[in-house]
Amino acid sequence: MTLKDWTLPLIVLAAAAVLAPLPVVAGSYWMALLVNILMYATLATAWALFSGPTHYVSLATAAFFGLGAYTMAFLGEKLPLPLVYGVAALIGAVVATIVGLSTLRLSGVYFVIFTFGLAELVRQLVTWGEAKYGGTVGRFVFIDVTQQGIYWMLLGLLVLILLTGFAIQRSRLGWALRAIGEDETVARHAGIDTTVSKVAVFVVSATFMTVVGAIMAPRWTYIDPSIAFNPIISFQVLIMALLGGASRLYGPILGVVPLAILFEILQANFPNSFSILLGLAFLVIVYFVPNGIVGLIDQGRGAFIRATRRRPHPAE
Amino acid sequence: MQPLIELHGVSKSFGGLRAVDRLTATIRRGEVVGLVGPNGSGKTTALNLITGNLTADSGAIVFEGRSIERDGAHRITRAGIARTFQLVRVMPTMTLAENVAVGAMFGARPCGPAEAAERALPLLARVGLAARADERAASLTYIDQKRLELARALAAHPQLLLLDEWLAGLNPTELKEGIALIASLARDGLTIVMVEHVMDAIRALCTRCIVMNAGTKIAEGTPAQALADPGVIKAYLGDDDDA
Repeated sequence: MTLKDWTLPLIVLAAAAVLAPLPVVAGSYWMALLVNILMYATLATAWALFSGPTHYVSLATAAFFGLGAYTMAFLGEKLPLPLVYGVAALIGAVVATIVGLSTLRLSGVYFVIFTFGLAELVRQLVTWGEAKYGGTVGRFVFIDVTQQGIYWMLLGLLVLILLTGFAIQRSRLGWALRAIGEDETVARHAGIDTTVSKVAVFVVSATFMTVVGAIMAPRWTYIDPSIAFNPIISFQVLIMALLGGASRLYGPILGVVPLAILFEILQANFPNSFSILLGLAFLVIVYFVPNGIVGLIDQGRGAFIRATRRRPHPAE
Repeated sequence: MQPLIELHGVSKSFGGLRAVDRLTATIRRGEVVGLVGPNGSGKTTALNLITGNLTADSGAIVFEGRSIERDGAHRITRAGIARTFQLVRVMPTMTLAENVAVGAMFGARPCGPAEAAERALPLLARVGLAARADERAASLTYIDQKRLELARALAAHPQLLLLDEWLAGLNPTELKEGIALIASLARDGLTIVMVEHVMDAIRALCTRCIVMNAGTKIAEGTPAQALADPGVIKAYLGDDDDA
């Protein structure tokens, strides 16, 4: 492999090394913002692992995130922390396998609606279960994890997601996903087991989302189903990934940073009209930046290459 | 010659329409067989049943001695059957080389991305697209997309190649080139079944012809025999007014 092939992992590791010491200097407001950015960066990057190449738009992010948060709420005080993250990952993987096998035969808009319905179903099930057997609406999560600890875990997880995505992209599985996104019928007739390919990466993506939920739960100290399974999480992840561009591994992060900051400002200043502004942001992005920031970069680079290529051949 | 693929009483209905009705046929290794018939006679449905795009309601399809009528499309491709589509299908934002590489990677002789990229280039050259290997497939004309589809099908290392009106829409020069290309594939030992309306191509290429009408086989034989069959003429042109 050439040096160029290793550019992305090297940049990822270098960026992580630069970002790792930030908690030492950042105040608590900035830490809160950074953790928020990292939460959405991990979720949106994990989302794009699957939805980017296949173009299957999933709205189930909140379902897996909430499962992770609830795993922490139930087991956080009973098991050692690393084990809780492991259990959350396992639960995410099992649920994603079942959901994947039953839904990934659906295509297009049916898949979108199903994933949205799934998130709502899980939320209602947890609400019902808590009321009937737990006798409670929500739960306190008193786990001794500092804001810094959450920051470092999310940063580590983001590096892991990016490196996993890098490995998938270079493998036959990555090619299979791209082919599925281009034309699923062609993919099947080219010899690709589309169901296995889709389910495999859906599971990887969902597992990461579940772990993010488990990492984030202690920060909230109190969760109930409407917080942990909030459908706004799914929509925000989608809009961030779309703004950044899901066609590149690093794309979603480019959308997360500006939008997380924008949402923070909006929520602080216009708490009552936040949903309206979120909807407007959605419309503007889909209308004006359909291929995301990554698409704009590619366009710019294409124009630059054409311009520089023409110059030495004025006769053409 | 031993049979490569056999269809035994294969049927497929869509609602009340019997698109393919108890079709029985045998294709032997090394043959070039034309599958002809009027529009709506079930030719493309037959190809879709063989390649696993559709599942037969009844009947058996045996490829190299193994039943494949319940297999998914990907398993059938891996077993050694590749196809092109009547309405051309390429992977539009991938380059030509990538389109063919996908065919090589997951076909009958699977390989990794690096080897697939190497295997793609000679195949693009064979269909006359080598110079455009790094362009996006969407930028090709309809005819060139058909060539690309053929290269992708060949990349899968098939033993049986199914062409669905691959020669339709070509101008006379392109048609000549296309016929020469298919003839060269046949010389290499590839077994080919072609759904085709271009009778000149059928006469030039096919050792045998199967004629379908209303889902059933109505004639079979050399192109000259099959196309002269009274039943075939009736299927294409209808009865005399005063008959």
